[in-house]
Amino acid sequence: MTSFALMVLGAPVSTQAPQTALAFARAAVQGGHRILRVFFFHDGVHCGNQMPVPPAGQQPIAEQWAAFAQQHNIDLVVCVASALKRGVLDAGEAKRYDKPAATLHPAFALSGLGQWIDACVNAERLLSFGS
Amino acid sequence: MKQKRILIVCRRPPYGESFAREALDVAMASAAFDQEIALLFLDAGVTLLAKNQQPETIGDKSLEKQFAALPLYDVNELYVDVGALQQYRLSQTDLSLPAQPLTTGEITQLLERSDIVLNF
Repeated sequence: MTSFALMVLGAPVSTQAPQTALAFARAAVQGGHRILRVFFFHDGVHCGNQMPVPPAGQQPIAEQWAAFAQQHNIDLVVCVASALKRGVLDAGEAKRYDKPAATLHPAFALSGLGQWIDACVNAERLLSFGS
Repeated sequence: MKQKRILIVCRRPPYGESFAREALDVAMASAAFDQEIALLFLDAGVTLLAKNQQPETIGDKSLEKQFAALPLYDVNELYVDVGALQQYRLSQTDLSLPAQPLTTGEITQLLERSDIVLNF
């Protein structure tokens, strides 16, 4: 068994990176490995946005990550600095900055790069998607 | 927190996209969490080291001073690919930071000495 930390840098819709990361994460868990944390950084933070409306028959990427994370108890962390710039806000940040909506999917948590460093030092392998 | 040796590879240009800014954020955060940090400038990333950047003309903020502040965060190991410097017609005197030039073979050794390699 190997423990992994994953970083998603690429945006959903315009790049394949989040889907590739999710496919890897599913395969890793199925293979008996452990995902310590998934950290969404740079344009990858759009994965945590609950507002996108995909074409009929497609599940939003946030829902796909949420279902996977809930099933396997995996931490989904969205970089707060990257997220605020891109309009991905939880209820607390929306209130603090006087914005009309919380856009972050509740399965994701906003936090800082310290969470990524923590995952880096504790995981045996790191993979980043979209750089 | 455990300490690991983290190598941050900067291979994108400083402006036109924001990967260089993200690399800088990761470097400062890693240093704040007492990790052992080195930065390697490769490909278009070597232009991050060039002096007299003027991004104001395209409505961007300069990264030059922020990268120059890295030693204040105890990030002192800076390396640059000799081949990329030549490709971008940069010499040591054109650089705003004292990055140590490395050959391809030395870069391989640097990668082998690192526990973690993060590409930006």
